[in-house]
Amino acid sequence: MKDVELKMLERAKALLENGEVARVIGWKKGEFFFDPSPATFESVEELENGFVYNWFCGANLSKYLIAASKKEGKTAVFLKPCDTYSFNQLVKEHRIKRENIYVIAVECLGKLNIEGIKAKGLSMIESVEVDGKDVIVTTAYGKETLSKPEVVLTKCATCTKTHQVKDEEIILHEVPVRDVDRFAEVAKLEAMTADERFAFWREQLSKCIRCNACRNVCPACSCVKCVFDNPASGISAKANDDEFEEQLFHIIRAFHVAGRCTDCGECSRVCPQNIPLHLLNRKFIKDIDSLYGEYQAGETSEGKTPLTSYTEGDAEPKDVFSGEAK
Amino acid sequence: MQEVSTEKKEFKPNIVAFCCNWCSYAGADLAGSSRLTYPENVKIIRVPCSCRVNPTFVLKAFQQGADGVILCGCHPGDCHYVTGNYYTRRRMALLYSFLNYMGIEKERTRVEWVSAAEGARFSAVMNDFVKTVAALGENKRLTDLRVKEGE
Amino acid sequence: MLKIAKSKLNDLYAEIAKTQGLMLPIKNAGEVNYAVWEEGKEVSLETLKTVKSPKNAFFPQSENMMKFKTEGKNIEVIDVRKDFVEEGKTFVLFGVKACDYKAIEVLDKVFLAEPVDTYYKARREAATIVTLACSKPEESCFCGAFGIDATAPCGDVTTWLDENYLYWQANTEKGEALTAALSALFENGGEAEVAAQQEKTKAILAKLPFAALDLSRFKPENLNDLFNDPAWESMSEACLGCGTCTFVCPTCQCFDIRDFKTNEGVIRFRCWDSCMYSDFTLMAHGNSRTTQMQRFRQRFMHKLVYYPSQNDGLYSCVGCGRCVNKCPQNLNIVKVIKTLGGKAND
Repeated sequence: MKDVELKMLERAKALLENGEVARVIGWKKGEFFFDPSPATFESVEELENGFVYNWFCGANLSKYLIAASKKEGKTAVFLKPCDTYSFNQLVKEHRIKRENIYVIAVECLGKLNIEGIKAKGLSMIESVEVDGKDVIVTTAYGKETLSKPEVVLTKCATCTKTHQVKDEEIILHEVPVRDVDRFAEVAKLEAMTADERFAFWREQLSKCIRCNACRNVCPACSCVKCVFDNPASGISAKANDDEFEEQLFHIIRAFHVAGRCTDCGECSRVCPQNIPLHLLNRKFIKDIDSLYGEYQAGETSEGKTPLTSYTEGDAEPKDVFSGEAK
Repeated sequence: MQEVSTEKKEFKPNIVAFCCNWCSYAGADLAGSSRLTYPENVKIIRVPCSCRVNPTFVLKAFQQGADGVILCGCHPGDCHYVTGNYYTRRRMALLYSFLNYMGIEKERTRVEWVSAAEGARFSAVMNDFVKTVAALGENKRLTDLRVKEGE
Repeated sequence: MLKIAKSKLNDLYAEIAKTQGLMLPIKNAGEVNYAVWEEGKEVSLETLKTVKSPKNAFFPQSENMMKFKTEGKNIEVIDVRKDFVEEGKTFVLFGVKACDYKAIEVLDKVFLAEPVDTYYKARREAATIVTLACSKPEESCFCGAFGIDATAPCGDVTTWLDENYLYWQANTEKGEALTAALSALFENGGEAEVAAQQEKTKAILAKLPFAALDLSRFKPENLNDLFNDPAWESMSEACLGCGTCTFVCPTCQCFDIRDFKTNEGVIRFRCWDSCMYSDFTLMAHGNSRTTQMQRFRQRFMHKLVYYPSQNDGLYSCVGCGRCVNKCPQNLNIVKVIKTLGGKAND
């Protein structure tokens, strides 16, 4: 990973130095090695002082480009495979001016979830190294080896994505091709009875604290003013006073991004209560795939989405409840 | 003092029916002028096109105490605005499937195409939907308990 | 000092719950938060940081304030506080860590100062607080920077937990009363074990990465300098404005009041609000803070400058580190303190 970081740093410096771009969006060192933040770098000095790319750079940088692409001069950005889908989708929705962005596709072998590592009972973490499927964590109390699949971000656990956009790429290692079923969890829920499903979601959504992390991080949620922030909308509600409020928020949010959600998984990454929000979006993706043909949002930056198109022979709403327990 | 009835009160579901102005609402009119009946607990909301119905409307109806929500529009291909109901069909297929996924009984939601000439069909559809929802009982999963304060 | 075997803690909970309410860290769907205890719930005292702080117990995330019932031309106003005020219900808040206990002091200064918030006060007076000393602080903890001793929290009762026992020491009259009611469950002893644990924990605390944060610049006289510091722009750049930090924070205290229309009247409720939101303190002309940088700055200026300037220098951050762990983009108060705190005042 260090070699990738060095190469990225070198390219970022070169682009800034030769004036091709006015700024670079990447990740900046945090207080520890496992808490980098998205950041804009405008000089070589800034890059040298804080640029980082490691196992914890899970954040999707594409949404920051909405603002960046409106600025004077070009912006270079590092995008992981999954991030490029969001980028395309935002270009399609005219949120990002493509010509103002220089995309550097960067290698990703799956990012680690620090909360997942801590949840294994580890604290005072001093270093984390990855060796194939092993994650070796050194803490003040000793060394522990964890299984990588257990401590990657939820979004990385079922990722099969590849770069959809690149002006150049930095890929130094072979990225293993994986064959995983991202809908397995959804299918499991579908196979339950309605009562069981209700109980599952009630338990999960009862944790919701009505922060807006899932919404605000979501690249598909790019409305200038959200209905939930608009007292005039009739549905703005900050309270979790009644369980309906939580359902309303999550159902409407998931529906609003249906057909546009690229399954980047940021919602589940940021949820402070670890609600598996991606399972909401994946239900829509699974239904769209089976009813209207396979569709991956963000594969291209043109064309219509499933909910802005139709065919005369589309399935009737009464025929769509399939694969569930009676 | 009111006499206490020993018989259990029959549950009358609250039904909200979104009907498009051009076909289904006219269908309801025809049902009326043909002296066909449909249950009085169906509350019709007229919309310019079935496509006008935003998922929030459906959820709001449930929040405010609806036990079932039905959406009626022109038959596919007959939309007054040519394509509106094609979009409705996709949206509602996905929304209803999703609500079912959240554990909301799928029998509480329905889409039916009813033309202006189908008064009898309108009456039959509503009778059937009310019967189905009545059998399910009160909507408790997608309602706001505060609305029912004091009931 | 008293002690009770760890294996008997369930009896302790059951005994408390016989006569009053009991709130403590409970695991629900994988996450630990303060919730009302019932037989069969999974208690997790070992959890260092509940997702939400216990401020919930006194200042619930959503709370009905009053109800208006309309009948003809009459409007009846119904007070919903009677549970605590008239019926004298009491409860025990169990397992509060030193930082979270200090945070209650911060909230008290806001809600119990004139005009007194009667909702908060009713709950506050109804509660007996049992604190729990930390024995395994982690890297995101920095309570020490605010002079808090994680190994000896105050409260009506202080407890310590090790592999075998929960050690118990009453500090106040309320605490003594609770102890007396539970006395059959306790045995004597534990001073040596507690002292040993405290010493061990203190050694860890001293080595924490944020043990020595420099707060010297956060003084009222530097308000203008701090407010105008150019660093806010870059510090807030990645901020999503999601409000997670404010909701997991034990000292954030802002709320909104709204009405909800029911079938027969109106419920007036309040709920937590966040200065990170675009519709926070919304007025006819809009939000007084129009950019995320301004909202971001407001939160930290409030914690580190505005609040202390009105409360004898008491910071309204207690170093619990929840924002350090929970910010989706890893922005947090530590970064702010490190960036601005120690700078020379020029």
